[in-house]
Amino acid sequence: MKDALVNLEHITKSYDGQMILDDLNLYIKENEFLTLLGPSGCGKTTTLRILGGFEKPDKGQVIFEGKDITTLPPNKRNLNTVFQKYALFTHMDIAENIAFGLKIKNKSKAYIDDKIKYALKLVNLDGYEHRMVDSLSGGQQQRIAIARAIVNEPKLLLLDEPLGALDLKLRQDMQYELIRLKNELGITFIYVTHDQEEALTMSDTIVVMNQGYIQQIGTPERIYNEPENAFVADFIGDSNIIDATMVQDRVVEILGARFACVDEGFGENTPVDVVIRPEDVELVAPEEGIIQGVVSHLIFKGVHYEMEVMANGFEWLVQSTRMQPVGTKVGIKVDPFNIQIMNKPASEDEEAVGVNE
Amino acid sequence: MNKVYSGLQKIYIALIFIFLYAPIATLIVLSFNASKTRAKWGGFSLKWYIALFQNEEIMQALWNTLAIAFLSALIATVIGTIACISMQSMKKRTRSFIMGVTNIPMLNADIVTGISFMLLFISLGVRFGFGTILLSHITFNIPYVILSVMPRMKQLNPSTYEAALDLGASNLQAFFKVVFPDILPGIFSGFLMAFTMSLDDFIITHFTKGPGIDTLSTELYTEVKKGIKPEMYALSTIIFVTVLILLLLVNYTPKSRRKS
Amino acid sequence: MNRKLLSIPYLFWSALFIVIPLCMVFYYGLTDKSGAFTMDNIMAIATPEHSKALWEAVKLSIISTIICLILAYPLAMLLSNMNARQDTFIVLIFVLPMWMNFLLRTIAWQSLLEKTGVINGILGFFNLPRLDIINTPGAIVLGMVYNFLPFMILPIYNVLVKIDRNVINAARDLGANSLQTFTKIMLPLSLPGIISGITMVFVPALTTFVISRILGGGKILLIGNIIEEEFTKTGNWNLGSGLSIVLMLFIILNMVITAVTDKDGEVNAL
Repeated sequence: MKDALVNLEHITKSYDGQMILDDLNLYIKENEFLTLLGPSGCGKTTTLRILGGFEKPDKGQVIFEGKDITTLPPNKRNLNTVFQKYALFTHMDIAENIAFGLKIKNKSKAYIDDKIKYALKLVNLDGYEHRMVDSLSGGQQQRIAIARAIVNEPKLLLLDEPLGALDLKLRQDMQYELIRLKNELGITFIYVTHDQEEALTMSDTIVVMNQGYIQQIGTPERIYNEPENAFVADFIGDSNIIDATMVQDRVVEILGARFACVDEGFGENTPVDVVIRPEDVELVAPEEGIIQGVVSHLIFKGVHYEMEVMANGFEWLVQSTRMQPVGTKVGIKVDPFNIQIMNKPASEDEEAVGVNE
Repeated sequence: MNKVYSGLQKIYIALIFIFLYAPIATLIVLSFNASKTRAKWGGFSLKWYIALFQNEEIMQALWNTLAIAFLSALIATVIGTIACISMQSMKKRTRSFIMGVTNIPMLNADIVTGISFMLLFISLGVRFGFGTILLSHITFNIPYVILSVMPRMKQLNPSTYEAALDLGASNLQAFFKVVFPDILPGIFSGFLMAFTMSLDDFIITHFTKGPGIDTLSTELYTEVKKGIKPEMYALSTIIFVTVLILLLLVNYTPKSRRKS
Repeated sequence: MNRKLLSIPYLFWSALFIVIPLCMVFYYGLTDKSGAFTMDNIMAIATPEHSKALWEAVKLSIISTIICLILAYPLAMLLSNMNARQDTFIVLIFVLPMWMNFLLRTIAWQSLLEKTGVINGILGFFNLPRLDIINTPGAIVLGMVYNFLPFMILPIYNVLVKIDRNVINAARDLGANSLQTFTKIMLPLSLPGIISGITMVFVPALTTFVISRILGGGKILLIGNIIEEEFTKTGNWNLGSGLSIVLMLFIILNMVITAVTDKDGEVNAL
């Protein structure tokens, strides 16, 4: 892509004969918040480390602002990383940590002092210049790690699971904080996480990865509402993934019952996977449902009730604000728009191949 | 019942304390004894302290001991630290093999280590003296350095080194600004341990020293036959008090922040 | 910067000063004066003079190790129960004697135990019978226990302080009495420290020639004395090396036991 800030082209990387990344292609636009999302071992961190310069790909190129930086060492790249568990220098105070990169570049003292002030203000830690690292909480250390990176004015900030070590409440606060920072700085963020909620909250674009392959690239809404395969559907949020047969255009047979849907072009009597989000399953009176079942489990989750309904040999996960006691006979209905049809993978390998935009 | 029990505890600790310190107290008392034989108390005197500083033989041995301890600890610290750094990037197998070899001088009996050095120097045709003692001390000191630097090295968050690179530091800058300060306490305690081990050594020095050179230990060993010079008691008292003060200082200096 | 290149100085050093010297001991031990292969130097351990010295060394070092263990364990337990502030100071007190020169400490015992020494002086003052143990095996055992006791205290202490108090509380909570808590919980958990302490006392005690020399008055010869004399007086290096190989067999046996029981190697750190 022409207007891309970063282009990863045909990146391949293996360790000890084990393939980590296989012909990965990805472009990142200027000023984008892009998240690499996937389970551990999917290759997301390796991708980030190749961008940072800590790993060299076996094959392929990293193009940054139109220049090939594949073999450039990390200290020569105009980008910075916020590390997992922060990697602050514990023998230095906060100001020394933040000044580290600037001192290496021989900036003037006045300039450095200015930058420290500015960065601390930006991360809401004014006055912390002379505190030591281990006197700060995890969340504060996280902010310092970000401050230390951004004073170098990188074009691109890489964040490697930066919120992983924080507790839930703090993590949610930091998510908003990161969005604010990105908007204020106007630079590109590449964010690595295995937490789908984090990815959905913050990103402009999500790249879902598994086993070294990109599974789907898209906006959070698209990834959530229209997963392209069972892996993405399963990984993002809760979902009912059911074997089904596409009888003809707009008709799918699920567990022996015919449902209306909106998809076309799958052919006739084709085996497919169907994804239905639990909040899209409607529980109605038995005679009104397309299929009938019995509520087998019930849990109160705060925002909604979560129920499991045994119907036609499948345990349906259902989320609803209306409670149905265990043992109730119910009918199940799904709006045609909420049925997502996916091609079945021919093999395990193909499941992983996914799309390269 | 509980009172009796805790009383017994105190008595037990006190008895072991007496056992450990009786000989040291004896040495200190003897150093102030005006009479030359250790059997009789001839009154309080500082004459052995004065004699000590006029005794060239002992002063020379003291100088040798300190010089060997300092040099061997310093060189062992450099070699041991570099070895630790290089071992970080090795495969686990190679590393544990090298660690196994490293531990040999520590686990083996000093007498065997001593004679093995002696045989080596003889077959290399090296003249026995300061140099041979120094080489053997460096060798048995290295494991102590590695043992105290290695754990620090392992605790090191590898990301801090990468973070320094990421912020623009070169490999060397990253090492000296980030890794080195972090392992410095390990290096320092390794040096101290090596220094003490060298000071205290007798057996290995005994087999690797040449005629005409003595450390305090070998000097003492020859005096066992002829009778110990009372100056030695004075010297040992001075050393003991110095070590005691140093240890108290190290342990009781409040751990202040490097910068407030 | 290639980090692997950095390993070269140390690899070279350990080959020259650790591996080759050890090989030389084996070479000398397995050859005669003309350089021909022989087992004679090793078999020489069977002569009455040598086997008596070996047996004496094994006997005295085992006795010393057991006494060290009996003295050190309760002390380590008491020390590990102290609160943190006193902690470092008290432990320091028990390690401090190690900083005094090893020979001096042993010589000090000589002056304490001598016929006309300090202890007999005090006993004589009170008209008590004299203590006559200088130049006996008893004096050597005393010297061994005195010199190596800290090596037993430290590893046991290091293991005991790391035991989570709640593990002991849990044992009490589940109905174990003090003795059961000790035998079923404390002792098994502290075993690595005990093993490591045994090694650290047994090896130097078995191989010493200094303590037997100073406190045994040259009358009691241990295997260490025989080897030392072969190298510094008699000059029969082949025989000395052969006997050293026999000695090393004991040390290796000891190492194997340690390696099996203390896999992390953490308690070995002083």
